[in-house]
Formats: sequence, C-alpha cells, structure tokens
Amino acid sequence: MAAQILFFALATAAIAGALGMLISRNPVNSALWLILNLFCIAGLYLTLNAEFIAVVQVLVYAGAIMVLFLFVLMLLNLAALPDLKKIDGRRVLAYVLSMGLLAMLSFVVASSLDMLPVPGSLEAVAENGSASNLAKSLFVQFAMPVEIIGILLLAATIGAVMLAKRKAV
Amino acid sequence: MEVTLNWYLSLSAVLFTAGVIGFLFRRNAIVMLMSVELMLNAVNLTLVAFSQSLGDPQGQILVFFVMAVAAAEAAIGLALVIAIFRNKTTIDVTEFNLFKY
Repeated sequence: MAAQILFFALATAAIAGALGMLISRNPVNSALWLILNLFCIAGLYLTLNAEFIAVVQVLVYAGAIMVLFLFVLMLLNLAALPDLKKIDGRRVLAYVLSMGLLAMLSFVVASSLDMLPVPGSLEAVAENGSASNLAKSLFVQFAMPVEIIGILLLAATIGAVMLAKRKAV
Repeated sequence: MEVTLNWYLSLSAVLFTAGVIGFLFRRNAIVMLMSVELMLNAVNLTLVAFSQSLGDPQGQILVFFVMAVAAAEAAIGLALVIAIFRNKTTIDVTEFNLFKY
C-alpha cells in the first residue's frame, strides 16, 4: 500500500510541476516549477531501484541544467516581456483528444498485429540500478560511446561560449 | 492494485504531452527549451521503467547518454537565445524572422 501512495504522491506533484511550468506567466516561476517536477521524477527513479540515475538526475538536471536556465533568465533583462497569448482551450482540447485517438488506434493496430508489449512486472531486481552494476556496462561495453559523448560535450561547451560571446566590433 | 509498468508509462505520456503543449503554445524561447527538457525527462522515465521491468541495466545507460545530449542541447540553445537577445532585445519567438530577406 505504501508503494501506491508514494507513487501517487510523486506522480501528482510531477504533473503539478509540469502544469505549473505551462501556465506560469513569469519564466522564472516556470523554471522553479520544472525543478519541482525534476525532483519528483528523481523520486520515481528511486521507487524503480535506479538510485544512481536518481542521484545523477538531481545533480545534472535539477542542479546544473536548471541553474543554467535560471542564470540565462536572470541575465537577460526580461522585465519588458510582451503579454503571452492566452492559451486557447479548444486547441489544447483538440490536441489532447487527437493524441488519445492516435494512442487508441495504435493500440488496436498493434493488438491486431500481435505486437503488444508483454506487460512487465516491476519486481525489485536487486543490483539493477546500483552504481557498480551500471559502471560495469558503461565502462566495458559502452566505453567508446562514453568517449564520444565526452567529445560532444566539449564541442557543445566551446560552441556555447563562441555563440554567446559578445562580438568585438 | 499494484504499481505496474503501465502506471509509469501513463505518467510519462502525460508529462510528454505537457511538454509538447508547452513547446507549441508558449512564445518565450527559454520556456520552450524547458518544455523540451520536460519531454526528455518523460522519455527517461519510460526508459528507466522498462529497464526495471526487463531487469536490464542498459536502459539506464541510455538515460545517461540522453542526459548528456540534453545538457549539450540546453547549453547551445541558451547561447543562441543570448545571441538573438543581443540583436533583437526580445526572446519572443514570434518576433524572429531570421530566415527572411
């Protein structure tokens, strides 16, 4: 019973964070709502026995990436933001309904073609998300992609600095 | 009523849809980038849920790579926003027409 209550609490808070991000007029409030959402997703990772991913989520996403967003938001003086267009409820409703219809039709097609995924159980697989277990595959089987992603991050850093640099005219 | 895979997938679908709606309806470029981060997080949640359900850690390895690419994407996107703000003094995406003329 505790697991269900925990899931519902975290899921409700995560959805509240997402919706708060959508409807806040002030972008700084949007960023703070998104941080709430990211923390809730980290909690959900803990319920999925992925403790290392949860820690990385808090460090990288809620820490580094969101600090970057807030830094840029506060760097740019957005006091004179134009009013946001009011969200047209009919268009949102149309979008949600059409996505639901697409999901239902996909389900029907998949079930008729015998392509439904096997419903997996979520029994605790011990050691699945522990750091040592992940490191074994990350640095043995995926050593090359790790090097490549390092080069990608270096290139992105250099590119960001070059793009944001004030042009010396 | 047990917490099963489908609960996580449903939550992930809701969060992804919220991200798509934010990307389509907000006009502030930074909030649009934040919506993209929300979509990426929904996908990460799906990956971790499947990884746990199948007992295979490779889904979580993929989450690492998604996070790294997301960090790179955020850095480049925000640098572009700063560069555009220097020229236009706005980050309302309806005000840009950089490919015209």
